[in-house]
Amino acid sequence: MAVVETRGLTKVFKEGQLGAVNNVDLVTREGEFLVFLGPSGSGKTTLLRMIAGLEQPTAGEILIGGNVVNHLSPRERRIAMVFQSYALYPHLSVYNNIAFPLKAQKIKKELHREKVEWASSLLGIGGLLDRKPRELSGGERQRVALARAIVREPTVFLLDEPLSNLDAKLRASAREDLEQFHKRIGTTTIYVTHDQVEAMAMGDRIVVLHQGFVRQIGTPKEVYDDPADTFVATFLGSPPMNLLESDDVVVGFRPEHFLPADRLREGSRIPLRFRVTYLEFLGAERILYGSLAGSRFEEKEVLSRLPAAVSEAFQVASVYDFGVASESLRFFDRQSEKRTQPKAIAWQ
Amino acid sequence: MKPAEHNVERCGGASATPPSPRERPRVARRPGGRWLGAAMFLPAILYVVAIIGVPFLMAFLYAVGDVRVGSVGYHFVGLENFRSVLHSPAFRRSLFNSVIFTVGSQVLVIVGAFTLALALRDKFRGRGVVRFLVMLPWVAPVSLGAIGWKWILDSLYSVINWLLVAMHLFRQFDAPQWLGEPKLAMMSVILVHTWHVLPFSTVILLAGLTAIPRDIPEAAAVDGAGFWRTLVHITIPMMRPILNVALLFGIIFTFTDMTVVYILTRGGPYDSTQVVPSLAFFTGILGGDLAEGAAISLFLVPILVIVAYLMLRVAHRAEVT
Amino acid sequence: MLGHWSVIVAFSVVLAFPFYWMLITTFKQTSDLYDITNNPFIFNARPTLEHLRLLFGETLYLRWVGNTALAGALVVFITLLLALPAAYALARLTGNWGQRLGIAIFLTYLVPPTLLFIPLSRVISLLGLQDTIWSVVVVYPSFTIPFSTWLLMGFFKSIPKELEDAAMVDGLTRFGAFVKLVIPISVSGILTVVIFAFTLVTQEFVYALTFIAPEAHQMVGVGVPTFLVRGDVYYWGSLMAACLITSLPIALVYNLFLDRFIAGFTVGAVK
Repeated sequence: MAVVETRGLTKVFKEGQLGAVNNVDLVTREGEFLVFLGPSGSGKTTLLRMIAGLEQPTAGEILIGGNVVNHLSPRERRIAMVFQSYALYPHLSVYNNIAFPLKAQKIKKELHREKVEWASSLLGIGGLLDRKPRELSGGERQRVALARAIVREPTVFLLDEPLSNLDAKLRASAREDLEQFHKRIGTTTIYVTHDQVEAMAMGDRIVVLHQGFVRQIGTPKEVYDDPADTFVATFLGSPPMNLLESDDVVVGFRPEHFLPADRLREGSRIPLRFRVTYLEFLGAERILYGSLAGSRFEEKEVLSRLPAAVSEAFQVASVYDFGVASESLRFFDRQSEKRTQPKAIAWQ
Repeated sequence: MKPAEHNVERCGGASATPPSPRERPRVARRPGGRWLGAAMFLPAILYVVAIIGVPFLMAFLYAVGDVRVGSVGYHFVGLENFRSVLHSPAFRRSLFNSVIFTVGSQVLVIVGAFTLALALRDKFRGRGVVRFLVMLPWVAPVSLGAIGWKWILDSLYSVINWLLVAMHLFRQFDAPQWLGEPKLAMMSVILVHTWHVLPFSTVILLAGLTAIPRDIPEAAAVDGAGFWRTLVHITIPMMRPILNVALLFGIIFTFTDMTVVYILTRGGPYDSTQVVPSLAFFTGILGGDLAEGAAISLFLVPILVIVAYLMLRVAHRAEVT
Repeated sequence: MLGHWSVIVAFSVVLAFPFYWMLITTFKQTSDLYDITNNPFIFNARPTLEHLRLLFGETLYLRWVGNTALAGALVVFITLLLALPAAYALARLTGNWGQRLGIAIFLTYLVPPTLLFIPLSRVISLLGLQDTIWSVVVVYPSFTIPFSTWLLMGFFKSIPKELEDAAMVDGLTRFGAFVKLVIPISVSGILTVVIFAFTLVTQEFVYALTFIAPEAHQMVGVGVPTFLVRGDVYYWGSLMAACLITSLPIALVYNLFLDRFIAGFTVGAVK
């Protein structure tokens, strides 16, 4: 088992242009499940492919288990990777797909069957060994891809959006499978996704990437509750954090903290008038769209997310007394967009 | 799959800190990159250059020299061979014949192939069989197809003449000599060559026709356009690039070919069907005058260059759109 | 509707007629063939196998077929050996200029035999290959390689890159991934090229006519129209039998792969 480390890792595809990955420093922890999260084009896949050795970095170093591996080819890095499409070899049976890394690494033939059986039983696909990839369901394909990855007992697992080809229903159970799988084998895993729900649910820590830069590294709770900048604040959370600009700061609060005034403790409550313009009923919760009224933030658009427990009726075009607890406020520098200390601001 | 991911991040957003890589960024390679690539395609390139490039240069050398089969030594004679070729009536005749042969057969091929492609566009019972039958002239070896025609056009036992006589259009003794009279012989080689190339152009045009999205002619039909209006205003304009491809290949396959002429008439009677490639063959290979033969075949080069240039334009446009 | 069918019938009859005529001629007695008062569309005398017996028993037809098959196999081998790596390199390893180089290679396919046969005949005799099938074995790859490279390039580009990435992560080198993964996956593409190269060998006429003179070493496409004619006498029955027997298998196989060849010929003008 080993940790992966990058130092100043940079990838520029076309000279003179901004890099796809810029100066990334990060260190995984032993056995952790680390998620690279970012919108498409954020450089997360490129970062992963550099760690795998499928892209050459323009600058910087990659270390696996303490050794610099920049000059090593993918096959020499003792990593395993599961691709977005699973990249199962279409002409080979499941058995031969799983045995492929063993053959490629010239592992003794006698050991193949034993290892393939071990990997396939770990993933519960022992009965599928004679099938061809095209005869498998999406979930089964994922399991075969995982079995192929684990069979050579890699030091690091790299997963590139493995759930994005599955339909919504299958995705939840496949996610569950992946988590169980990781718990059982305990190998350091790096997981790339653009889906924040996956990231929050599975990640021990999340690396938020945007335009090739690391914006924040932290546990799901840290990146959600204490976003490092306005990008993280608005990228995570659905609907995103409300942001209000005031002089040189930006103040933000989550929609679920923007509640009817009587739901908040009196002492720390900041009262705001809320004109509702649109309502969405989503079953377990309601989303209210509207704007602030009668303060210096008049007309600023904000959202409120109400749990089912809040049962009051709201009318479109009416104005209500809402508020937010002062400890739920997050402050960002307006220039750098980075997190700053709480400040007293004039609300009225 | 998001291939775009690699090169999307061009514009630095306002929030992005400037990149500060420790080294000057260089454009990086894919693993196992350029050298392997070169090692893998060089053998093929070298082979093709050796077999095509070298003789091509030799052809120029021959054409400005005095090489004959069995001759020793080489004397540079400048443009002498070209001059004598250009002055020879046989060559002028063959150049003229080549133009007639190419233009005549290509007009027939394009019109015929387009008609046939339209007829084969929609599925019908037995289309597979029909396609096999109409493809035969292209997929069978051309020299064997041509010898079949030589029998059909035989001076004495021609089945066509038997029909003409049976229909009382001709009498037995003055039936047409398809390969024996200059004008008829030219017409025959044109028709037989058309017969050979037409299936090829048909399938190319068919590929173009089936690539036209179904909803466009349907929209035209809803808008009230009939068969001919749709053909002229929708189908043909949309087929332009593929028509060009079919025509360019057709020109190459016709202007540079001598098989049909060689088998049917050997250029006769009286050189009336002699084309540039067959003249080069008779002069250079059978006559042993390598220099003059090479000079004659080099007259094919301008046509090749023009066609290659036009082909590149088609390919380039296909790449852009 | 009627127009549609009349077009189809007319074209089918005209285009396929010579092959029908070969069939009829093959089985007609010589006396029947050469009597101009006979209706040539019907058998005026009993059908005969005499022409076939002559063709197989007293000519070198089978020898020519064998020569052609051997030359075809060798050309296919050389073509695959050179075109497979070249196509892979152009599809994957050479970046932007791979496409351009590919088109340049494709254009060399347009260079006709009639431009090069004079110097090539000299080269062939210098190499001592004159009058042997080795002359065409050496020369034919010059046109099978360009087009095969072009076709294979298209096939390789359609393979998802992730498969090769996976193979490299799983322990193969780039070249290993090409040999052990890309080639096995591309079987159908390779088969297309095999058929294409082989049929081109059977169809070529000009080079074979130029390089090989002796009867015993002929390729079938030259031997049949050249040596089944003695002086001025055409052995029409055997000639037509040879044409038909040679053409049909080639046509059948070629037809199966036709659509793939055409995809290569359209140079991207059809998407």
